[in-house]
Amino acid sequence: MIVARGIHKCYGHVEVLKGIDLDVDAGKVVCIIGASGAGKSTFLRCINHLETPDSGYVTVDGRLVGYRRVGNRLQELGEHELCAARADIGMVFQRFNLFQHITVIENVSLAPVMVKKVPAPKARERAMALLERVGLASKRDRYPRQLSGGEQQRVAIARALAMEPRVMLFDEPTSALDPELVGEVLTVMRSLAEDGMTMVVVTHEIGFAREVADEVVFMDGGVIAEKGPPSEILRSPRNERTREFLSRVL
Amino acid sequence: MAGLAPGPPVPLRRPGRWVAFALVLFLAAWFGHLVVTNPNFQWPVVGKYLFDRNILRGVLLTIELTVSAMCIGIALGIAFALMRLSDNPLLSLFAQTYIVCFRGTPALVQLIFWFNLAALFPVITLGIPFFGPDFMTVNANALITPFVAANLGLGLCEGAYMAEIVRSGILSVDPGQREAAAAVGMTRAQTMRKVVLPQAQRVIVPPTGNQVIGMLKYTSLASVISVTELLASAELVYTRTFETIPLLIVVSLWYLALTTLLTAGQRLIEQHVGRSHSDAGPKPRREFAAAVGRNLFLTP
Repeated sequence: MIVARGIHKCYGHVEVLKGIDLDVDAGKVVCIIGASGAGKSTFLRCINHLETPDSGYVTVDGRLVGYRRVGNRLQELGEHELCAARADIGMVFQRFNLFQHITVIENVSLAPVMVKKVPAPKARERAMALLERVGLASKRDRYPRQLSGGEQQRVAIARALAMEPRVMLFDEPTSALDPELVGEVLTVMRSLAEDGMTMVVVTHEIGFAREVADEVVFMDGGVIAEKGPPSEILRSPRNERTREFLSRVL
Repeated sequence: MAGLAPGPPVPLRRPGRWVAFALVLFLAAWFGHLVVTNPNFQWPVVGKYLFDRNILRGVLLTIELTVSAMCIGIALGIAFALMRLSDNPLLSLFAQTYIVCFRGTPALVQLIFWFNLAALFPVITLGIPFFGPDFMTVNANALITPFVAANLGLGLCEGAYMAEIVRSGILSVDPGQREAAAAVGMTRAQTMRKVVLPQAQRVIVPPTGNQVIGMLKYTSLASVISVTELLASAELVYTRTFETIPLLIVVSLWYLALTTLLTAGQRLIEQHVGRSHSDAGPKPRREFAAAVGRNLFLTP
């Protein structure tokens, strides 16, 4: 479903990503772990082209994201084509980033109306169903800042799902939450995984990775140091750096 | 601490407050006495002209000019703020140049400049530059009436200030909001319209209220290019009757009344755009109407 090849990214003279290759099959959950500064989030943001990689490319469902192929070269897409590609890729942020000026239900129904031109009543109906799913139907007329962090993140997941994405990206979805609120967000993510959503999750929740991930990727210094099934990576890592990292977080 | 009498503690005595209170009261009484008893204020004349037809016409023109110049200013402000923040360096430079030129010269000079535009371009032609054809040709003197010149001068000057206000508003919106909008596939124009500008409003509205109040007073500059707004209409009377002071009091009373009204309106709009930041739930319409009443009478 997701294929990333040779992703490089520099900020000034700092090379953050030094050539990342990754394959995620349809319906699989991949968790990316690693110390901060390892390039996890940058790589995730390259998948939906929020960051433009310096070289390399990503395809989702066989289609290039952010580029078209002309002969043997990649050519940047215009804004509208890029937006259409992004609409198929859901993303959940560490800091939720709910639209602060509109209510919960408007947050969920805005993009389908604006981007997919879904009629407003239909979009609201679907938004309601999604809020039901994340257990927040009763909060539909609240504004984001009137919700707890965990509730905001669940709304953010509903907002991403409203676009009916082919894949979902999670950028440390529980890192900004109080410990007692982490569980409710992970529960929603777990149920998404059970429904067969293709997911890439950057996380520090090793327990979640162990339980839900089909594959765990350990990133270190801008490269993938090690990857494999969670039972292998988390229990008996071969890489020295992985072992060191796990001993610190577990 | 046994044996304490029940009830609240005895409050601290503040004798200084009473002294200050008495002093202010005394000064106010003295000033009031001066104003009322000095015959040169000519209060009966003030009463006579307060609702004079010519003065009221001036009030109306002042309001018209404020509204139109402010509309031009806000429209230009948004346009130039967006240009200034654009990725295109040429557009950004253009906007910066505009802001420097129009914020850096006095509004009065700009007004007189526009008024005398005919000296620079006697004939104004609408058409495709360099190549033609021309669609329309007008005499500059006919096109640039005093009212148009006042609108151009005040509006363009205001645009420069509003551009900076709008820009600061846009910059105040968390970049995460744009990222979230991009991630769901919204274009930059949609993001600006539906996500960034509505949130920037909360920061833009208070200084804009200030600008409207400033504009109301700046329209008096237009009196020098023979726009008969409030001040000019009073001037027309007192150059004839020499009742300068009472007519200036009439003018001041009207400006005060209008700015008070604007202040109330500003509070109302601020509450409205800040509603997503209040801790209460969304306000039903009825409460909004009640808030209108509350704000008109300036009670907290």
